Amino acid sequence: MAIFVDQNTKVIVQGLTGGQGKYHGLRNKAYGTQVVAGVTPGKGGTDVEGIPVYNSVAEAVAATGATASFVTVPPKAASAAILEAAAAGISFIVCITEGIPAQDEARTYNTLVRDFPNVRLLGPNCPGIISPGKCNIGITAGEIAELPSASGPNVGIVSRSGTLTYQALYELKQRGIGVSTCVGIGGDPVPGTSFIDCLREFQNDPETHAIIMIGEIGGSAEEEAAEFIKANVTKPMSAYIAGVTAPAGKKMGHAGAIVSGGKGTAQGKMDVLRDAGVKVGQNPTEAGALMAEIVAGLR
Amino acid sequence: MDLFEYQGKQYFARYDIPVSKGDVAVTVDQAVAAADAAGYPVVVKAQVQVGGRGKAGGIKLANNADEVRTHAGNILGMDIKGHVVKRVWVENASDIAEEYYASFTLDRGAKKHLLMLSKEGGVEIEEVAATNPAAILMLHIDPVDGLSAAGALKAAVDAKIPEKAQQGVADILVKLYRCFVEGDCDLAEINPLILKPTGEVHALDAKVSLDANADFRHPEWEEFKATEELDAREKLAREKGLQYIGLDGTVGIIANGAGLAMSTLDVVNQVGGTAANFLDIGGGANADLMASALEVINSDKAVKSIFINIFGGITRGEEVAKGIVEALGRVDLRAPIVIRLDGTNAEEGRSILANAGIPESKLTSKPTMLEAAEAAVALAK
Repeated sequence: MAIFVDQNTKVIVQGLTGGQGKYHGLRNKAYGTQVVAGVTPGKGGTDVEGIPVYNSVAEAVAATGATASFVTVPPKAASAAILEAAAAGISFIVCITEGIPAQDEARTYNTLVRDFPNVRLLGPNCPGIISPGKCNIGITAGEIAELPSASGPNVGIVSRSGTLTYQALYELKQRGIGVSTCVGIGGDPVPGTSFIDCLREFQNDPETHAIIMIGEIGGSAEEEAAEFIKANVTKPMSAYIAGVTAPAGKKMGHAGAIVSGGKGTAQGKMDVLRDAGVKVGQNPTEAGALMAEIVAGLR
Repeated sequence: MDLFEYQGKQYFARYDIPVSKGDVAVTVDQAVAAADAAGYPVVVKAQVQVGGRGKAGGIKLANNADEVRTHAGNILGMDIKGHVVKRVWVENASDIAEEYYASFTLDRGAKKHLLMLSKEGGVEIEEVAATNPAAILMLHIDPVDGLSAAGALKAAVDAKIPEKAQQGVADILVKLYRCFVEGDCDLAEINPLILKPTGEVHALDAKVSLDANADFRHPEWEEFKATEELDAREKLAREKGLQYIGLDGTVGIIANGAGLAMSTLDVVNQVGGTAANFLDIGGGANADLMASALEVINSDKAVKSIFINIFGGITRGEEVAKGIVEALGRVDLRAPIVIRLDGTNAEEGRSILANAGIPESKLTSKPTMLEAAEAAVALAK
């Protein structure tokens, strides 16, 4: 078991003929992911190293039965690509595109909620998702993800930050701890999938025995997650929040990472998570070490 | 990107939001000319992106050209909380009967647009929120539906805006919402939104923050970029295409990824140091980018040591190492580097650095983030 994607997930790549799309699409395929088609308007009938390319998502879905899409198109075209995938029957959309205007994101997200309530969007501006050994959609380097062990315990990872997602994977690999699924939800203001969505899935996934959560300053997603954890999550957790020393009023790279009016501070987020029973580390390594203790207790 | 008040008003005017007649001035003579054109009395307002201008003496009423001369002379060059006033906005003074507050933002928790409307304007809205939260109407708007004229009028009624001003406020809300959405604002705020004794509703101030991601569809933003207030380091970083924020410490930071960069700042702080900057070099981290990043850090005289924190995911360790070696050949650094290189092919990367013939006084390699932070902080002391 894993959450959202596994060895049976058939994936199309919207933007497969572009530089980034080709690079990551082929890497995902080489990892073992079922990358069954690409979509680029006007390039239907061609192929990228044997992967057939279609003019539309609808054609690709009809031909391959794909249920997931990896959207890697420029910011101007991303919203339309996401909605096209949803309309064509894709149920899981991963969008790694960085730099989509917030107004477009808000409109796209709310259109999905209204017209396609069964479609899950991951991202935009996220590293993607990997269920080690089964499926890798996005830009995560598969080799840094430890395979889950049949006997467990295995850890689920959910993170708002790209490189810190890798850091978390790496901390677990160093310690030989298996990963069920690692989800990067992205640092944009309107993420399609929230911490809570992932926590709920991990809580229900029999292969996941513990959870690491990596948050950062800005917004209230971690605070909302803490409330959810208190009420619903019984699996042990460790966490890390980046940006303790970030000054107020400055955007730290991600559009979402900003402390404004004293709200969204790292300290506040760490406090509510601790209050919800989560072991909070002062840095990613400490969060990894805390998870190692948790896992040792489960073994 | 935060706009100055005068730019915000010019932006509002594009969406037919009523603002006072006025002009921006960088000299006393220009201020007088602007006042003559606007019609007396006028208000001379310091253009700085910081609150509390009025209390600091940065907003003055002038009844004639002589008074404009005096006030503009005093205000231009004034230091308001560390912001030097380079421009004043001179506008026709408005008679005020009542002051309200209106703003649109994106509520990230709800993932919807948020209208905040209050009949208690003219003071900091945070203050109203703290002392009298019931006085603020908070209305979520679905971005797919938008805000209709009827919806805006209902909001004005629900916010207990006096009846005589309801229609005027509703009209401005519809226009301000259009400005917020089509104008790609992160924030569009009017405080105070005034009712004149004559019954008209009017924007007396403008606070606008634009979403940099929407830059590609707004050629009219070019003029705003020209006046953005960046320090010299930030300017250089922007030219090089780097995500950089200047801070006050002594350890220069280079990391790949915003989260890792933030985390690096935190760890430096935890071991007793202070970061000189936030710098996200991005996923690529090739030689060109690394050289640019080192150049920017090198331009900061306060930097005593440089902490490069790279986690190779897609970026392979040996490429990062080659980039650093090449960059060191191009940039003559004043401060020593401590590097932590981890992730994909980190071993190869570290051996490239070890065999590049770089003296240890210039570059040391540490296996973990914490050890590297400790070494960098020790060098900065």
